[in-house]
Amino acid sequence: MKTPDLLELAARNLRESVLRNSLTTLGISVGVASLVAMLSLGVGLQELFTRRLERTGLFDTVIVSRGDLGRFAPRPRGAASADSTRALDESARREISTLPGVLEAVADLRMMTQLRYDDKPHRAMVAAVPMSARDREAYENIQGSFFTSSNAAEAIVQKRFAEELLGRAPNFDETSNPGESSPALQPLLGKELVMYYAERVPTASRPDTKLATPGPSSTPSRPSQATAAPANGEDASVDTLLSAFSVVPQTHSLRIVGILADDPDTMRGMGRARVFIPQDFAEGLQIMMPSDLREGGALAERSYAALSVRVRNSRDVPRVEDSIRRMGFNAFSALDASRTLQRVFAVLDLFLGIFGSLALAVASLGIVNTLVMAILERRREIGILKALGASDSDVKKLFFAEAGAMGIAGGMLGATLGWMIGKVINALTNVYMHQQNLPSVNVWSVPWWLVLGALGFSLAVSLVSGLYPAARAAQLDPVKALRYE
Amino acid sequence: MTESSRTESGTIRTQEICRYYTMGTAVIRAVDGISFSVQAGEFIALLGSSGSGKSSLLNLIAGLDRPTSGDVQVDGRSLAEMSSEELAHYRRHSVGIVFQAFNLVPSMTVAENVELPLRLAETDRRGRASRVREALERVGLGQRLAHRPGELSGGEQQRVALARALVNSPRILLADEPTGNLDSHTGMEIMDLIGDCNRRLGMTVLLVTHERALAERHAGRLLFLADGKLEADQPNSPRPGESGEAP
Repeated sequence: MKTPDLLELAARNLRESVLRNSLTTLGISVGVASLVAMLSLGVGLQELFTRRLERTGLFDTVIVSRGDLGRFAPRPRGAASADSTRALDESARREISTLPGVLEAVADLRMMTQLRYDDKPHRAMVAAVPMSARDREAYENIQGSFFTSSNAAEAIVQKRFAEELLGRAPNFDETSNPGESSPALQPLLGKELVMYYAERVPTASRPDTKLATPGPSSTPSRPSQATAAPANGEDASVDTLLSAFSVVPQTHSLRIVGILADDPDTMRGMGRARVFIPQDFAEGLQIMMPSDLREGGALAERSYAALSVRVRNSRDVPRVEDSIRRMGFNAFSALDASRTLQRVFAVLDLFLGIFGSLALAVASLGIVNTLVMAILERRREIGILKALGASDSDVKKLFFAEAGAMGIAGGMLGATLGWMIGKVINALTNVYMHQQNLPSVNVWSVPWWLVLGALGFSLAVSLVSGLYPAARAAQLDPVKALRYE
Repeated sequence: MTESSRTESGTIRTQEICRYYTMGTAVIRAVDGISFSVQAGEFIALLGSSGSGKSSLLNLIAGLDRPTSGDVQVDGRSLAEMSSEELAHYRRHSVGIVFQAFNLVPSMTVAENVELPLRLAETDRRGRASRVREALERVGLGQRLAHRPGELSGGEQQRVALARALVNSPRILLADEPTGNLDSHTGMEIMDLIGDCNRRLGMTVLLVTHERALAERHAGRLLFLADGKLEADQPNSPRPGESGEAP
């Protein structure tokens, strides 16, 4: 039998017992709907989390820290080359920046300090940011502008700190979304912010100290470490350590150029900064860092608490991390966290899928039942078809077509139903979020592959359900079937 | 005309054909070693009392059932050696069957019932309507295309069944007690139509009946069956024009 004839016959058979077939189809659609709703919730949550992770801009970033975290005692430098005690200094930074796949390796400069605005003191974590950060999503929603240059004495402040500067307590019940810019903070742009910091001035008596100390208003040069590095070679003793540099309190005025609605430092947790200054400018200030104490001041070559390494492609992150670990440093990336997260979501999706499929499994039994009933009812008709020359495969195909039609109809109805359920869940979630003054989120997502997959799965399940009834119908003996009353 | 009907003529030969059924421990010999030959265009009546095996024999010739032993050859081809797909093809193209119980699909209209063999034979859709109409006009039901079998009388239903058996232009017509559910007058009309197929279309007709008078009026040969065996094979002079009397 040709396909159009087969489909016509199947359709008329389905119409013959329209109530029973509709109920079976409805059963399938409920199964598909639960599957779609469950999986779209899983996909939605995964997308939500991935989006949040991506917004941090750390997906292509590896944070490098010293291999022996927490070691404060000064130690001989001779032993440190490729072992775990290697210092995270300028030569290490340069070596890392030449690793294949690495775009740049910048010192992670951050300090807790005092800032004065409008003659009122505030405390905040200040972090240096390279110009490349401009492309990150977190800086896309900037109110105002990004730094004009990497040497500019400019600052970008996080929205919460901006609110603090304007004397407004961080306001969580504000109706505006924390992710949106606020017109009320506009007056802050262009204003002056005075930063207090400790400058690390190498002791003048040291023969290898050639650098002029950059003053607060002077044009900062490239990092002093670069020129000082090759000069150092002698063993360090406690005496020389203490006399290696002195600490001079300094101030520098910064112009506020931008206000960040987003929090680019989310991944930093406690150490996250609320004020950002350009990388080269920050390096030029020779800011005294906690790591200077840890390493011992004897090292004319500065060492860093951490480096922020940007990788060209997030696929290269694991390889770069390995290379860095082989050099004896700790490496951490958001990809590590996201990989774990992906595994968690894979398991979550699996469980949601299993629960969703349960309803479909029950529905598939409905198909089997409906079709077996149809065989009993249409025994004589099957006998007639066979007597008129229908082959076993014709009869089989007819039952498959009926099962498949119920599967596709149920799948389409179910995908629509699941989509609607998801929409309702999303709406209810956002009503709740709104009540809690939290930004609205999309916890639910129905990608096209899920819709197609659900349709395909529903069709496959219905065809599998049709296997037994179709085989039974095909094997029907026409002589017995025609004798049957 | 389909390709198969052009090359076939409608000769039938059975050789020691047997069909046994087992019921519990008992073996029922429905057909027990019957051999006979039918020439193309012959009208044969299979006569016998109930349970004599005539319907079982007809089912074997129709390709609806397979013999326990022996063989049926139609136009030189052995049905016993055919696969089930080949048997289905044989039923589609070589034979038309009319049953006592009509066996129309009640949910389909008259036209749809007659169209069913054309669907199965994958006949081109454009030619179907005219062939359905032609077959129904041959049995005098050209005006009842859109009716359902339930809206027709018994005689009319059997005419539809006959039209359905003829629509694929088979060379052999098998009729299993076609008048069994009809009154004598209507039965006569049906038998005249079947006789017409034999004379005008040259179809080979095998008629199963227990009404000897009916058989004698139309058949050229009478085969008597009893207990699954062929008892007698008699030539007969049909008198189709005679007005029949109740048997």
